[in-house]
Formats: sequence, C-alpha cells, structure tokens
Amino acid sequence: MASQELPGRDSSAVAPRAEAGGRERERIDHDASLGSFARRRHRKLAVAALTTVAIALLPLVIHDVYLQNIIVLTLMYAALSQSWNILGGYCGQISLGHAIYFGIGAYVSTLLFVHAGLTPWLGMLIGGVFAALVALALGYPFFRLRGHYFTIATIVVAETGLLLMLNWDFAGGAQGIQIPYGPDSWAHLQFARDKLPYVYFALGFALLTWLVTFLIEDSRWGYWWRAVKDNAEAAESLGVVVFRSKMAAAALSAFFTAIGGSFYAAFVSYIDPDSVMGFQLSLLIALPAVLGGIGTLWGPALGALVLIPLTELTRSYFGGSGNGLDLIIYGVLIMVIALARPEGLTSLFGRTRKARATPQARANPEARANP
Amino acid sequence: MSARLLEVRNVTRRFGGLVANADVSLVVDEGEILGLIGPNGAGKSTLFNLIAGLYPPSSGSIVFAGEEITRLSAPARCALGIARTFQVVRSFDSMSVVENVVVGALMRHAGAREARLKALETLELTGLIGRANAPAVALTPPEKRRLEIARALATHPKLLLLDEALAGLTPSEAREGVELVRRIRERGITIVMVEHVMEVVMPLVDRAVVLDLGKVLAQGLPAELVRDERVIEAYLGARHRAA
Repeated sequence: MASQELPGRDSSAVAPRAEAGGRERERIDHDASLGSFARRRHRKLAVAALTTVAIALLPLVIHDVYLQNIIVLTLMYAALSQSWNILGGYCGQISLGHAIYFGIGAYVSTLLFVHAGLTPWLGMLIGGVFAALVALALGYPFFRLRGHYFTIATIVVAETGLLLMLNWDFAGGAQGIQIPYGPDSWAHLQFARDKLPYVYFALGFALLTWLVTFLIEDSRWGYWWRAVKDNAEAAESLGVVVFRSKMAAAALSAFFTAIGGSFYAAFVSYIDPDSVMGFQLSLLIALPAVLGGIGTLWGPALGALVLIPLTELTRSYFGGSGNGLDLIIYGVLIMVIALARPEGLTSLFGRTRKARATPQARANPEARANP
Repeated sequence: MSARLLEVRNVTRRFGGLVANADVSLVVDEGEILGLIGPNGAGKSTLFNLIAGLYPPSSGSIVFAGEEITRLSAPARCALGIARTFQVVRSFDSMSVVENVVVGALMRHAGAREARLKALETLELTGLIGRANAPAVALTPPEKRRLEIARALATHPKLLLLDEALAGLTPSEAREGVELVRRIRERGITIVMVEHVMEVVMPLVDRAVVLDLGKVLAQGLPAELVRDERVIEAYLGARHRAA
C-alpha cells in the first residue's frame, strides 16, 4: 500500500502506521488534519477579502466611465457564472438555458418597478424566488434526462421563453421596456451618469456568489452535488437522493442568476427579450466557468476576467457585435484552453486536483506498473 | 442464536425474457459473513443489486431488520443501514480521498466537520489514511477498492455488501483485503460478499450460498460446499465430475 504523500501538503495528516498505543496519537493526527483543512479554507477567505478590497479601490485609479463599465460587466458575469457553476460545475448538470432565469429576474423587477413602483431591491428578491420556482418546475421533468439530453432541453426551454416574451405585449413585446429615469437613488438603483454605485453593487454581488460557493464547498449539499456529478449511482448507494440534490442546485443557481438579471436591468435601464433572454447570453453565463475551471471556486471569476474585457474591447475596436468577431474570439479561446489546459485557467495556479494528480502519479510509477 | 438481519423471500427478477433470479430465498444472520458465489451469469450481481435497492424485484419480498424494504430506494436503504461497494469501482474523481468518504459519513453526521472527522477515522481503519488528501483519481486499483469500502463503512451500516471487492488483486493484496473484511466484522457489521473465485472466499466466510442459473443451488458451510457434487458441476461442468 503506497503511503507516499503529496509533497508539501499536510504532513501532519499522516498517522503513524500501526504503532503501539496509537489510539491517542491517531486522534491528535485527525485533529491536525482538520486544522490544516480549516487553515486552507481561511487562506481562501483571506485571498477573497484582499481581492475584494483591491477591486473596491480600482475606481480610485480608473476614472474612465468606459473602463468602469467593463469592470461592472466583468463582475456581473463573474457572479452569473459563479451561479451557473453551482448547477453546472458542482452538480454537473450543464445548462445552456440560464438566460431564462436572467430574463425572469430582469423582467420581474422591471415590471414591478414600472407598473407598481416597487423598489428593485424587493423586485430582485421576488424575481429570484420566481426563477427558483421555475427551475424546480423545469427540473421535475428534466432531471430525469441525462447528459446531453438535459442540456438540449435547457436550450429549448430558454428559446421558448424568449418567444413568449417577444409576443407578450404587456411586457413590451419585442420592443422591450424602458425604465423611466428618475433622480439618482440607491432605493431605485438608478444613477444617470455615475457608474461607481454599479461597480460596488456588482462587486457585492460577485462576492456574495463567491461566498455562497465557498460555504457550499464544505457543506452537505456541496459534497452531495459533487458526488452526483461524479457518479450518481454510487452517490445513491451512500444515501444521497440524487433527484432532490439536483433540484436544490437548480433552484439556488436560478435564484442568483435572476438577481443578476434584475441588476442588469437597473444598470442599462432598458431591456428587451433578445438582450436579457437570448441564447448568446446563456453562453456568456456558462463560458467564464468553462474557461476558468468548471466546478472550481475561482474558475468563474478568472474566466470572466479574461473573457469579458476581451469581448468588450474587441467590440469597441472592431465596431459593434453584429459581425460576430467576439464569437470567433470565444471559439479560439475555448479551443486553446481545451487543448492546453482542459481543466481551465485555475489549473495554471496548480491548485486544482487534477493538476496535483499528475506529478503524484508520476512519482509513484511502481504502483501503476503493478495493478 | 443471533438475530436475523436480512431475509430474501422468494425473489424473482426478470429482465425482459431473461430470468436473472428465480424464486431465490436466503437469510443472513447478524454478525456473520455470508458468501454469495456461483459461476458467471448465475445471478449473483442481480441478487446483490436487489438487496442494495438498485432496482426492485419482479416478485417476492426483502426484509431488513424486521422492516419490509422491497420497494425502498437505494438512499432509503442506506439510511436503514445497508451499504454496498461496486464491482467496477466508482470513485468520485473530482474529489480527494477523504472527501469521497465524507460523502458517506454525511449519512449520519449533518455537520461537515464531524463528517470529516468520521471520514478520517474510517480511512485509518481501511489503511488509506496516508492518502487522505490525494485526489481519488490518483489511487491505484487496489487502493480504489479500499476507498469503496471506506466510503460504504462511513455510512455506519449494519449490513455491508461487497461486490467482488477482492477480485483482481495480487495474492498479498488479497490477504490484506481478507484481513480488512475480518476487521470490519469484528466491529459488529454483517457482511454479504459476492465473489467469483471460491479459493478467496471460502476460508473467509461463515456460510455460503451458491447460485446457478438464477436459482439457489446449494447453501451451507464452506467445507461442505467445496465437496458438493452439484457445486463442482456448476463450476467445472459435468465432464469434470469423474476426474
């Protein structure tokens, strides 16, 4: 039995092998192992706190409204992709229809604001809950589908939602809805010229989704979801109710995606079905996580950091998004990542498991040669 | 004598026209190690999956610890105290070794911290503690088999179902495996093990049930069974009987 451990990791976790009177020692070693795990978690929190502070200070240096706009979008997509990652990355259910939840968030808060004068803060909560309910209603039939069939179903449903909104006159139909301008106000999330409040809202949103993911990683649901992703049958044999697990992941993922939709509506003050429910949006929500590292804590943020500024800059340099040049760039990026770093960008930092697996397997060749 | 833990009553399972188990009945007493043996295609795995709850029987019933579980789902059976391993190893490859076991431990421990502690203790018992933080994908095949057992044990089972847990191991690895099975039994856990190779199981089990063509061919003490004409015939074919 190979007892070789990973270099530089938790030497304290290795218990003495069959030593006399080892009971007491074992217990202490388990505590040490728990301790080092807790320390690793604390380090992650510290990194997140530092990153948040650094981003919060960015607008002091970057006054340009166009660049601040890119910061807002990058943070928003980081948060959206983090939300997508809960279902797609951790639970392994790849959705390419998350635009429907984004659209629900955008429309619910906007309609409530325009027709009932309800503050978008409440509107986004209602939109989030509504999106979660829709996710549960859709999950009920769809989570009986496996793999690609599930993904195709999500695309079809989002397209159906798009068609419904295009034809629903009360919600503006294809024309969309313009949010009437009022004075700058946090209560209405309206700021005519100042982008700064949006930067902070988007930062808070990104931090919130990161924290939720962080808490999930070491929680019952987090372990269950990864078990469901890796092997549903084995998960069931260990007492995990697979269907319920998927439903919970879908509801949580949809809730936060809808919050993003409400925020986006307030940010751009104008929504129409194509901009808040189109298929390209579903791709843009999923891509940062895929690019950065699917099912990882930092993957969505890292992916958004690369993808969103690149998209915005190509748009402004090559004029409009109609020519599809940004799509060509996504395509090339995805191909490069798939070829060079299939685990996503986070694997560049050597933190993901597979990246650690390779040197381990190499360091232990006799175990391989002798199955 | 000890109490009855599991009772399989007249269970039949059909897959289309194929009858994989026909009118199978057997009992497992608390604290014993029962071997489920038979040649390829005898219906061992089907019976195993019926007990674990992968699918329900076409007819018949299964009673565990006095409770009828015939139609219960696999997770519900796990909650009652039935745990299993898989013939083809199914580790959670995106997780570390200890996290794999945490999934099992969460069955009885709501908090992640207690579950992790329980998982570490289980890894200690199964001899994998040195690999706790390794990614599950990096394990060697025999280590993966141990991981399956560790994961199942972490759910605090009353009954542990081992599906060819000793298959494909070198003789020394198999000896360690046998040792582990004995240690598990010492903890008061009842074991049903499916095994194809008789040499491996016979010294280990208290009692064995031989399946052939979906039916119970014989059952009893290992020493009796290895001399049983019907069992030899089932394994080697009629022509070898004379020899």
